[in-house]
Amino acid sequence: MIGALIRRDVRRGLAGPAWLPIAFFEVVAALLPFAIGPDARLLAAIAPGALWIAALTAALLPVERLIEPDRADGILDQLFLRGIAEESVAAAKIAAHWLTLAPLLLLAAVIASPLLALAGAPLVRTELALAVGTPALAALAVAVAALTAGLPRAGALAGLLLLPLAVPLLIFGAAASQGRSGALLLEAAVSLLLTAGSPFVAGAAIRASRT
Amino acid sequence: MSAGEPLLDARGVALIRGGRLLFDALDMCISPGDGIQLTGPNGSGKTSLLRLFAGLLQPSAGTVSSASIALADEHSALDRELPLGRALAFWGQDRLDVAITAFGLEPLSEVPVRLLSAGQIKRAALARTMATGTMLWLLDEPHNGLDREAVKLLDAAIAAQRGAGGAVIVATHLALAGEWRRVELGQ
Repeated sequence: MIGALIRRDVRRGLAGPAWLPIAFFEVVAALLPFAIGPDARLLAAIAPGALWIAALTAALLPVERLIEPDRADGILDQLFLRGIAEESVAAAKIAAHWLTLAPLLLLAAVIASPLLALAGAPLVRTELALAVGTPALAALAVAVAALTAGLPRAGALAGLLLLPLAVPLLIFGAAASQGRSGALLLEAAVSLLLTAGSPFVAGAAIRASRT
Repeated sequence: MSAGEPLLDARGVALIRGGRLLFDALDMCISPGDGIQLTGPNGSGKTSLLRLFAGLLQPSAGTVSSASIALADEHSALDRELPLGRALAFWGQDRLDVAITAFGLEPLSEVPVRLLSAGQIKRAALARTMATGTMLWLLDEPHNGLDREAVKLLDAAIAAQRGAGGAVIVATHLALAGEWRRVELGQ
């Protein structure tokens, strides 16, 4: 049942909402040279940080589609009645969101790299740091989606909730992209903590949202 | 759960919702073959009681113990973009064919769920409930949107479930075919 749930969520993601964050990510990367100017050295210096901000906001875009439709349709209730713990449902949703987010995001960063004068070792470092950070981005998005499910203006609230939690990831992720020593390990530690903790937060939030 | 044991045993159950006491000191013991009809005015807590029996809500007081339960409420729990057959198959294949036949859904299996009428979706949700193979069904207003033919199919499915040692709790104001124990809330 968990495997079926992951497959279903991946199918639903790829049928629509998964492409929006990627388009958004590319738009931010394309706008940056216009806003900053065409100085290649300056662009290359700020590119990793800018890509991280774009990735963070891109992960947030589908947040209203992650939990709320399944809550409103009674799917979360029926999964509970099949004896599947809310935490397992949340973990499945994180896995599915990551599968639709991470590969597309890494590909989008490669596509965006010429616009930001990002090439060679810095590009590889940025890709690696994004790869390590995406599970945490997916997990945080699902956790705040569960916390805000059913609330009015959930999307805006989710953004406010997620951003402070994502700050450590952003700090170490951007530092790892710039090749600071030890930053990748610290990013991996933060990513692991957020990914491991989020299913429990999301599970408790799903239980609490039942009326 | 061995034969003779109740399918559901609720003792001294109370539920407070939004600061309002919906019911308290409610006892209910449901044995194989039972049919319970829940009645009561709107807002008297019929749906909440079913959700409480299903374990989706925690009682404010009292205890509920039960075997596995299937719930058919106002939500279809079916993916709207999928054909009906595939949307139902997500919830398991084992007894699906029997349930689809029992509610006359074969001609609709290729139709996307979003194009179905309210009555057809209700039948699909009932088929999903039947396909679980659980002994206790909780049906919340199962007749909503059903035409006369579909009501007959529902009556037959309920009779078969009770005949096979299962039990059914129905929250409805309509008269039901067969013998039912009535429980009225909100008195």
